[in-house]
Amino acid sequence: MDIGRFLWYVVVMAGVTYLIRMLPLVLIKKKIQNPFLKSFLFYIPYAVLAAMAFPAVLSSTSSVWSAILGLAVGVLLSFKEKDLLIVAGCACVTVFLVEYLLSSFGVITF
Amino acid sequence: MQQDDVLNRFYKGLQDGLPIGLGYISVSITFGMLAVSSGIPIWGAVLISMTNLTSAGQLAGISLICAHASMLEMALTQLVINIRYALMSLSLSQKLDKNISIPKRLLIAFGNSDEIFALASTKKQTIGARYFYGLMCCPYLGWALGTLIGAVAGGLLPENVRSALGMAIYGMFAAVIVPPAKHFHPIGKVVLIAVVLSCIFAWVPGLNQLSMGFVIILCGVGAALLGAYLFPIKEAQG
Repeated sequence: MDIGRFLWYVVVMAGVTYLIRMLPLVLIKKKIQNPFLKSFLFYIPYAVLAAMAFPAVLSSTSSVWSAILGLAVGVLLSFKEKDLLIVAGCACVTVFLVEYLLSSFGVITF
Repeated sequence: MQQDDVLNRFYKGLQDGLPIGLGYISVSITFGMLAVSSGIPIWGAVLISMTNLTSAGQLAGISLICAHASMLEMALTQLVINIRYALMSLSLSQKLDKNISIPKRLLIAFGNSDEIFALASTKKQTIGARYFYGLMCCPYLGWALGTLIGAVAGGLLPENVRSALGMAIYGMFAAVIVPPAKHFHPIGKVVLIAVVLSCIFAWVPGLNQLSMGFVIILCGVGAALLGAYLFPIKEAQG
């Protein structure tokens, strides 16, 4: 691999990605007053997050079933407003246990 | 704005960023393995992760590098895949303490990945620079470390542990989305709209050919526009 060309690729990738993130944050310091725009920006993180999470979560682990159960545990604990670390940890442990069961019954193999 | 309305403790940010960091390790291990198997040196894979901090953009990047694409192609692809960050930064700009200086904003901008943004922007309080710096640490280290692990020895972590770690990010998503949706139902409705749109784009033949970056923009913007139209928020909830 041509090291010089590779470094240029990295510069272009990182530069474009950084500019996209940086410009709005530096240029816009005023609070937006328009109610529609404010509502839109209020909903954006939830909407983006939800679109990223589902259905991608279903293929995030070795089995759809462990993913569904892990997600279910995560949603349930979140509904009970448990701490973020606990929610994430329990969801992971659930996936691990479900996959342990599935693999011991031969449903999935590692 | 009173001082105690600003979330500005470094340690609190560090703590909140830990699950993101754990989740990033598993994702970036995959990236590290892919990069090295496509002929990129180990240091190159880690360099890409430490300068880009974005999953889809980096994956597209290595395939373009392998295809010996032009620099223009590289720039345009990154623009299309990552344009969603402009939206996130715009949203984050409304959430940041307005007294944060330009140099600090330059650093904050670097760490505005999907998950970090999601966590910061759904906090009730205004976000201070120190909290955000804390929040960036674990994800940044996890992203670089995972890339290194994947690049050096893809099979180091057993498959079942990697699989379980893959759930960390989604557990975190749930912890971010569900409690506010429980207290303010329009959020739940917007989330549902976004999920339905996202399923359509994932499963309908033809539509599922679109790039992941585009799909997130379309679904996120679509659901948030509908939400803003159907359930405009009043001052208190913003």
